[in-house]
Amino acid sequence: MKQLPALARVFAYVSFLTVGGGMAAFPELKTLTVDVHQWLTIQQLIHLYSVGQLAPGPKMMMIVPIGAWVAGVAGAVVVLLAFYGPTALLTLIVGRVWNRLAEWPWRTSIQKGLAPVSIGLLLAGSLTMAKGAVTNWMTALIALAALVILLRRPVNPAILVLGGAVVGVLLFRIS
Amino acid sequence: MASTAIDSEAPSKRTAPTASVMEIFNGFLLIGATSFGNIVPYLRDGLVTKRGWIDDNGFIELMSISETLPGLNATNIAVLLGDRLQGVAGSIAALVGVCLPGAVVMYLAGIAYHIHGDRPFVTAMLKGVAAASTGLVLATIVQLGQKSLTGIADFVLVVVTVVAVNRLHLSVPYALLGVGSVAILWYRPRNETSTRRS
Repeated sequence: MKQLPALARVFAYVSFLTVGGGMAAFPELKTLTVDVHQWLTIQQLIHLYSVGQLAPGPKMMMIVPIGAWVAGVAGAVVVLLAFYGPTALLTLIVGRVWNRLAEWPWRTSIQKGLAPVSIGLLLAGSLTMAKGAVTNWMTALIALAALVILLRRPVNPAILVLGGAVVGVLLFRIS
Repeated sequence: MASTAIDSEAPSKRTAPTASVMEIFNGFLLIGATSFGNIVPYLRDGLVTKRGWIDDNGFIELMSISETLPGLNATNIAVLLGDRLQGVAGSIAALVGVCLPGAVVMYLAGIAYHIHGDRPFVTAMLKGVAAASTGLVLATIVQLGQKSLTGIADFVLVVVTVVAVNRLHLSVPYALLGVGSVAILWYRPRNETSTRRS
């Protein structure tokens, strides 16, 4: 229970870094939850993120188990409120003034400027994840296969993650 | 999702679509419970095609606001559309609805992981899942890049951001504010003949 304020702080802070997608915040999420507070290991973080790809809805629900492991149901609720509350409020406010900003020339500048930066952040996040998830040629092959298939065919990403699970069992069960 | 715009005559007077707070909650709950993989096509299908709460252009506008702001695209869209339909109460209903199913699923998954996560079978499976997810995230980024990276300047900004975070270990907010301001200044409003880029 003592950890609740820390959970709230960390996840509210991290939520403001998810510009472009949840992955943009991954390096910071890793630093705070793994290195600073040691709520879980990097492997567990990667596993949660990956399993989260199979859950329905928004793709950052992997934060729920972190809160739950640290402080039970209360932890899960705090993490959810902290992660989704403040950014939702910001979105609500900006959404209401957005049309009034239509004439403001900097609006386009901000949108154009943040697009490549958010892609850079997403890429940086996925490289942080890759360091822990792609550790040998077999995992590299699985990642590459998923990448190529998704770019070539309009297949549901969740199916590919399930495929990864099957291949994982077949490849690594013996070793 | 094919955007088969049925040639139904748009209502003569643009009557704003209506939905009660409960309908908003139920609508988003259903999307939150049934969207696997990328949620955006499900949102579009559920909100534009099935319920007509917003038209295609409106959806694209919400999407572009959501991409610029912090927060996930799915939850930002929920907040924005909920607000347009029923104000703050609509926003909350949409947000809670879209998040609830996934949150419950992951809560249970977290418990299962805690109990069974160390079994060799599960570890092997998770190795494959993590590797496939990495490929999946990279594919999403490539697709996003194809859509929104237009000139050399954009690619330079991407590389600078990656190097700042991964090589120089600059924390994400500094990278976001630092490279972000340079990028915004690069695309600063120019007078009239602002057609040139990079």
